[in-house]
Amino acid sequence: MKIHFPANAWLGTAETFLKRIGTTEPDRLQLESYEGWVNVHPLFLVMTASLASQISASQIDISDFKNKSLDEFHRMGLFRAMGVESPSECEELESAGRFIPITNIKDSDGLSDFLKDMIPLLHLETDQAELIHYLMSELGRNVLEHAYTKYGAFFAAQYYKDSNTIRIGIADNGIGIRASIIRSHAAPDDATAIRLALTPGITGATNREGGTEQNAGAGLFFIKSICLANNNFMVLYSGDTMYKLLKKKGDILQLHADPLEDNHAMTGNLPFWQGTAVGIDITLDSTIEFESVMDSIRDTFADAIRERKRNKQYKKPRFI
Amino acid sequence: MKTVKLLPLVGERAENKEIAKQLREDVLVPAIQGGEELVIDFSGVRTATQSFVHALISDLFRKFGSDVLDDISFKQCTVKVQKVIETVTTYMQAAE
Repeated sequence: MKIHFPANAWLGTAETFLKRIGTTEPDRLQLESYEGWVNVHPLFLVMTASLASQISASQIDISDFKNKSLDEFHRMGLFRAMGVESPSECEELESAGRFIPITNIKDSDGLSDFLKDMIPLLHLETDQAELIHYLMSELGRNVLEHAYTKYGAFFAAQYYKDSNTIRIGIADNGIGIRASIIRSHAAPDDATAIRLALTPGITGATNREGGTEQNAGAGLFFIKSICLANNNFMVLYSGDTMYKLLKKKGDILQLHADPLEDNHAMTGNLPFWQGTAVGIDITLDSTIEFESVMDSIRDTFADAIRERKRNKQYKKPRFI
Repeated sequence: MKTVKLLPLVGERAENKEIAKQLREDVLVPAIQGGEELVIDFSGVRTATQSFVHALISDLFRKFGSDVLDDISFKQCTVKVQKVIETVTTYMQAAE
């Protein structure tokens, strides 16, 4: 595997980063970078950490990872998470600079503890903290319940002062969205599986409306809706396909049960990502009322279920 | 009447579905099965995720139908928590 960090890699340019991932030699990981200052979204850090977690440290090569941002990567815990010696000489600082270093979560209680400890690090106002907590909880539980990976989920987040934005990344190398969805629904390719996973009420756990006692098939739809309402980017990458939620057109909030009706980009034929990776940007200037988003989510969700029930194909009796 | 206080179990931000599952199986379902009225007390809980509320109450709809809402009261909910409960109870009834 080969990962290259360019000078800049954000959600808006995610395709460029992803297309450069090298998938040959899956038992090795070579990390390279642009030689000057390097700024990358936490999504790409956690993807790198997640890959590295499955590879022996002796097979990880960072000799070509030479850039002016090594201290920053050190503080974000990249080398620690990869299990390699850090080329940075700086002290690992307390994460009080409004970022959450790469953190590996493997179980439910670990996630709850992480969420409790994480919020103060970002120094957010109450409403903003609750929103971030909500998103990270739902994303983390998705991995723990659906990814089926012993390596768990990798989280990181960072505050960017210039844009007043929190950028969040979470990645795993589990079974991926398609393998999860096809347990209960037909999905011939990753794009179809991603579309279904973002549709309210669709879960790999069952094909029954209302879900199971533990899963509603709502988590990703809620996350996408909150991002849309706040006019935030969201990237979902699994298999060879990436869905990118783009900013909504106009000021009116219109949620759609079908993610393809949202302003989006779906890109296929990317290097295959075994698992799921999600990146989100939360612009703190425009955080809208959680309550009003919930009203729209409730109505859209219930309408989607009613629509599916109206269109349900009933089995026909066989007369012989 | 059975009252379940959530704050000591889930904290200010209710999101741990494993705790929701345990409460559902050990307390909520047996209480409704036994004909008791149920008060789920959210005092001090600021937010709850949809996943948590779903894991807590959705199975009650499956087992007892939407009339189960006649036997449950949700106490001291913030507006945020109310909205999430309304969402879950709405889609569970739509799914019936």
